Amino acid sequence: MSEQIIVKERDEVIVRFSGDSGDGMQLAGNIFSTVSATVGNDICTFPDYPADIRAPQGSLTGVSGFQVHIGSGKVYTPGDLCDVLVAMNAAALKTQYRYAKPDAAIIIDTDSFGPADLKKAAFVTEDPLAEMNIDADRVIACPITQMVKDCLADSGMEPKAVLKCRNMFALGLVCWLFDRDLEVAFNYLREKFAKKPAVAEANIKVIQAGYDYGHNTHSSATNVYRVETKHKVPGRYMDITGNKATAYGFIAAAERAGLKLYLGSYPITPATDVLHELSKHKSLGVTTVQCEDEIAGCASAVGAAFAGALAVTSTSGPGICLKSEAMNLAVIMELPLVVLDVQRGGPATGLPTKSEQTDLLQVLFGRNGESPMPVLAATSPTDCFDAAYMACKMALEHMTPVVLLTDAFVANGSGAFRLPNLAEYAPINPPYVPEELKGTWTPYQRQEENGVRYWAVPGREGFQHILGGLEKDNKTGAISTDPENHDLMTRLRQQKIDAIPVPDLVVEGDAEDADLLIVGFGGTYGHLHAAMDEMRSAGKKVALAHFKYINPLPKNTAEVLRKYPKVVVAEQNAGQLAAWLRMKVDGFVPCQYNEVKGQPFVSSQLINAFTKLMEE
Amino acid sequence: METKYTAQDYKKGQPRWCPGCGDHFFLAALHKAMAEIGVAPHNIAVISGIGCSSRLPHYMNTYGMNTIHGRAAAIATGCKVANPELSVWQVSGDGDGLAIGGNHFIHANRRNINLNMILLNNRIYGLTKGQYSPTSPRGFVSKSSPYGTVEDPFRPAELCFGARGHFFARAVATDAPGTVEILKAAHAHKGASVCEILQNCVIFNDGTHDSVYNKEGRAKNAIYLRHGEPMVFGANNEYGLMQEGFGIKVVKLGENGITIDDILVHDAHCEDNTLQLKLALMEGPDFPIALGVIRDVEAPTYDEAVEEQIAEVKGKKAYHTFEELLLTNDIWEVK
Repeated sequence: MSEQIIVKERDEVIVRFSGDSGDGMQLAGNIFSTVSATVGNDICTFPDYPADIRAPQGSLTGVSGFQVHIGSGKVYTPGDLCDVLVAMNAAALKTQYRYAKPDAAIIIDTDSFGPADLKKAAFVTEDPLAEMNIDADRVIACPITQMVKDCLADSGMEPKAVLKCRNMFALGLVCWLFDRDLEVAFNYLREKFAKKPAVAEANIKVIQAGYDYGHNTHSSATNVYRVETKHKVPGRYMDITGNKATAYGFIAAAERAGLKLYLGSYPITPATDVLHELSKHKSLGVTTVQCEDEIAGCASAVGAAFAGALAVTSTSGPGICLKSEAMNLAVIMELPLVVLDVQRGGPATGLPTKSEQTDLLQVLFGRNGESPMPVLAATSPTDCFDAAYMACKMALEHMTPVVLLTDAFVANGSGAFRLPNLAEYAPINPPYVPEELKGTWTPYQRQEENGVRYWAVPGREGFQHILGGLEKDNKTGAISTDPENHDLMTRLRQQKIDAIPVPDLVVEGDAEDADLLIVGFGGTYGHLHAAMDEMRSAGKKVALAHFKYINPLPKNTAEVLRKYPKVVVAEQNAGQLAAWLRMKVDGFVPCQYNEVKGQPFVSSQLINAFTKLMEE
Repeated sequence: METKYTAQDYKKGQPRWCPGCGDHFFLAALHKAMAEIGVAPHNIAVISGIGCSSRLPHYMNTYGMNTIHGRAAAIATGCKVANPELSVWQVSGDGDGLAIGGNHFIHANRRNINLNMILLNNRIYGLTKGQYSPTSPRGFVSKSSPYGTVEDPFRPAELCFGARGHFFARAVATDAPGTVEILKAAHAHKGASVCEILQNCVIFNDGTHDSVYNKEGRAKNAIYLRHGEPMVFGANNEYGLMQEGFGIKVVKLGENGITIDDILVHDAHCEDNTLQLKLALMEGPDFPIALGVIRDVEAPTYDEAVEEQIAEVKGKKAYHTFEELLLTNDIWEVK
């Protein structure tokens, strides 16, 4: 026990909570990130769920983690390795220690390191610290279970309920380490358990006990951290996950377009939270139908689009396989539809809770016939809002299905979200057929300027028409098998997508004179950006061009990709964006960095790989 | 009933089905029924899947979609839920509706979406030129079953009832008044209503419904069920149906002292579907084929319930715009 508290000033700190899946690590992590965000730190979080449905308690496969990265300035990723690791049991220490920095502080619940616990965690000796070569000075070994029991001894709570509060003790201890104001945590709990005030108060008591324990024992084996706050953009903020931001983007777009929001969906990890979120907001008129299967999710959305709604279907890769026929129907019928694909590890069932970028070519090409479809990829949890909004705008204004790609990492991760002002977002104006065209209008009549057909919503007199999956005559809209007409319609559908305006590709970093251009898309933005920043700090000339709009590509794509002596396309697949860019940019042959591990990139590994590339 | 519309107002184009195809007869009956129902053409959506009969929306002067194989019920579901004001008709053949689309068929019934679901049953795949369908009888010889099928067919009513369907009616395509009658009843019924239309495929399954395809046949081999009326049939209504144990039997009036008072009276509104199912499953030669509205029971519809729930939650929750939604979160301010 040290007598003096050493306060370490840090720009950023990474904390990883880990424990059994029943230990409430996600909640503890969420509260800590909210508390940190509230004092003005930037945050980025990453929940790492176990793959097992309900692994045996204390087992290695049942460990659940939640990593929080807090910073005084902008943080781009949940971070590679943590400064503080909370391990609520032996299995957590065993599996999560590899995510800790060499000098990280380790908080363990010594009551969960008994012989049985050690056996379940596959330790072979009675001294797990020595076995893992962990310096005991770095470990805050605390009998958390016993202290929680003592703390709640008079509460009258069931022993099981008491044990559920262990996570709050750890949270309290971490809050002390970071000098956090507990009041925010208390409010969070009072709100979360509004209907069970006794539970809220018990949790609050335990947080305070954890905090006091830290204070009284100065139990920091190392230091107390202080992360100052210096937010750049003033405004009101909230903590938001990618899935929630996506749902909010859909709601905002529907409101801006003046349309009913319809979601046809089928539960699938990791997209289900979008269905959950949208199902809550009936007071905004949101209609969600949990369908009998993925096919019906998409098909019913096509029906809703025909009926004049902003239609969305949400899924992950396996669901895209099933939806692709109905997506294609929307292509040929030229109806607005947003298809959300929260990517996970594949193929087939693959790694349902893990993150990959392996659906890119599937959504670009995975349909029969010539079937062009716009594709966007959200770059961060908070960017999911903008990306969802833009996907809706694109679908409604260009009468086309649009794929919005996110991934498990972005969807489950969270960030500080500046509350958007909808008035600042571009308006959404669907091409409703003008009344004066009554009598002469045909279903595939297009607007001169962008090749988009008009939308005639059922209920309007004089615009009755039939759409369908069969090829139609360009002029009359009747079924046609005429070879010239089919060729023309194929071209018109392609031209319509190609003509969709998208923002230019932005080059960050050493845009003028980089020796290496890093290229990525979607959810890897944070890691690639962090890698670039660090390399530039080390004096390297590096730039980053990150794609959010993938089809159509930004107009300046070829110009950017050809400008730099060396380009590396880094992605969490076997080279799908690289293949797409090679197809679209003549003569473009990039270096590639590919990982298909189901885990987020590790910035330090990126830096090593990119540095090596530069030296070649 | 007089409305401001005539059958002509619902007609469009020149049907391309084979001469003599049951689809022609059904289409004419549908035009007539729509005129009698009187919903404006622009407030109707007719949605089909793929197959010969799924061409039907092209011959309707309404809004419509001729979509993809098997998904018509799912697409119609989204259409109706998104705009409950529309009168939505879903048209499928036996393959589209019960094979590839079987899942959507049962779930549309279970949810009780207010759709009029037409099942044009000719017990064959016509568009792909003659393979057995899920309603073809066991042993049926077709191009894909040259030695006869070794599987039992679905009986559409059984599937509908098994999925908790609240409306089931049957008509023969060539019987215009009978078809118009059940279509009007289907429209009047709030909730999913299944109309099975028995129809011939002159090319690949000619004669499949021969026993009831003409008026004389129907007089002998079919019974028209009408709610509240005794179940009698035959050229002179000389036969009737009686309950016997757990089953139904055919009796001759006047024989063994049986009078009209002994005959079962049809109750389409009975919640318990036991007898209705027995009636729906009757087959020749021992029993007449039941035509008309066999089951018609009121129940809450999905689309109405969705609207009601939205209205209820709107009343309860304090946020009604996106901006208000944002403020329901934990917010902090950076100055």
